[in-house]
Amino acid sequence: MPNNGQTSPKGKLLRDNSWTINRRVVGALLLRELLTRYGRNNIGFLWLFIEPMLFVLVVTAIWSATRTIHGSSIPIVAFAVTGYSSLLMWRNMPSRCAGALRSNLSLLYHRQVTIQDVYWARILLEFMATSTSFVVLSILFYTMEWLPVPEDVLQVLGGWILLGWFGAGLALTVAGLSEKYDVIGRLWPPFSYLLMPISGVAFIADALPPKLREIALYLPMLNALEYLREGWFGSLMQAHYDLGYVIAFNLALTFAGLSLVRQTQLNTSEE
Amino acid sequence: MIKLTDVSKDYLTKAGWRRILSGINLTINPGERIGILGRNGAGKSTLIRLISGAERPTLGTIERNMSVSWPLAFTGGFHGTLTGADNVRFICRIYGVDFEPRFRFVEEFSDLGIYLNEPVGTYSSGMRARLAFAISMTIDFDCYLIDEVIAVGDERFRNRCKVELFEKRRDKAMLIVSHSHRYLKGTCDRFLLFNEGTIEEHDDFEEVYFRYKATLGEAFESKEQMIAAMQ
Repeated sequence: MPNNGQTSPKGKLLRDNSWTINRRVVGALLLRELLTRYGRNNIGFLWLFIEPMLFVLVVTAIWSATRTIHGSSIPIVAFAVTGYSSLLMWRNMPSRCAGALRSNLSLLYHRQVTIQDVYWARILLEFMATSTSFVVLSILFYTMEWLPVPEDVLQVLGGWILLGWFGAGLALTVAGLSEKYDVIGRLWPPFSYLLMPISGVAFIADALPPKLREIALYLPMLNALEYLREGWFGSLMQAHYDLGYVIAFNLALTFAGLSLVRQTQLNTSEE
Repeated sequence: MIKLTDVSKDYLTKAGWRRILSGINLTINPGERIGILGRNGAGKSTLIRLISGAERPTLGTIERNMSVSWPLAFTGGFHGTLTGADNVRFICRIYGVDFEPRFRFVEEFSDLGIYLNEPVGTYSSGMRARLAFAISMTIDFDCYLIDEVIAVGDERFRNRCKVELFEKRRDKAMLIVSHSHRYLKGTCDRFLLFNEGTIEEHDDFEEVYFRYKATLGEAFESKEQMIAAMQ
């Protein structure tokens, strides 16, 4: 302890195992991120819910206004909440991680902080934030009786985790690539806008013409979203997905992401 | 013990790869104080970064059996929107130590008072340096990295830093980069002179300072002349 004239025995800081250190560091980074992003006054935190809520309200309004045209029986609020939350997951994780290294570079002077920790902290925070907004919105709309209870909660959870995994793998890959090639960091936002309309935010796969559906289902996030939606209101829709494909894709993406991050780790040389 | 074996480090510049350190072998034993001299760009800070683990060597290995500090009084890790207290809390968290007693120490040592609850972004550079030094002293390392530091704060603060570092932490290893002969001479047991990517080891300060001056192009004709000039 400082200031009492005594110092600790040699090697004391080296004795914890790496899992303990990892958890500690990621936790500390996560709290730091939380504070710097949302600040002390909790108004910043509210935007987490307000933004998706506005989206859901607008979609619901348009849908209800055009009910006479499409005559569909899908529970629209459930459709909008699941769609937008899934979009938040796979779009925000990569954008938070691309360039995260630059603002945290000086932290690498602490022996136990690694580049991977920086990314994991952001991924976890994003996952927690999106999940919180998903759950809070669902409960809110449920109490307003706009939203039915999920038919299979476990399947919804499974779909959500698959989406989160996809987001994490994508985030690591985009982050690793953007450290290697600046241009990737800049191209990701426009690219994510391109993906948005075909990723199922605003349609279910069954509504597409078969040819187009086949192509769209190459997107893992659409598969995961279909699975999630089937868990929520499967009796009202025909879902199309291939879980094996999503898992294989996620595995490959995670592997690519981790190896790219490792390369970054070996090459970092600034500050 | 920290052991560097055949360590080299290359950096990519516009003119291609440049080797900043080449084939460094160095052992740092517990409790040793090593002074580092060399002209700007000779690779001193690079060595500090490699030992701290902020960067990896291009070639060679670094073994560490001692815990190594971040460069002392380093202010770069502060986040401007976080308060001084938040920054202390962050450090305590990543090192897994209790916050309360360390915060009391920082409060007392840094003399920052109520400013500890203000964002670091509002601090003057002197205040930042005081906070950074105080935080550096809250974690007990086996080896401290010191890259030109004690020049912060007023006379009184500098003296307190000296007591904290060189008296209370007498038994710890230290790596000290400095251009000041007054500072290095009394403090260190061994000296490293950096020159064009390699290091020379010396035990005698007069010898190493003489050669250091020569690499700067300010060579003295003899050691006696140098010693006279140093007084």
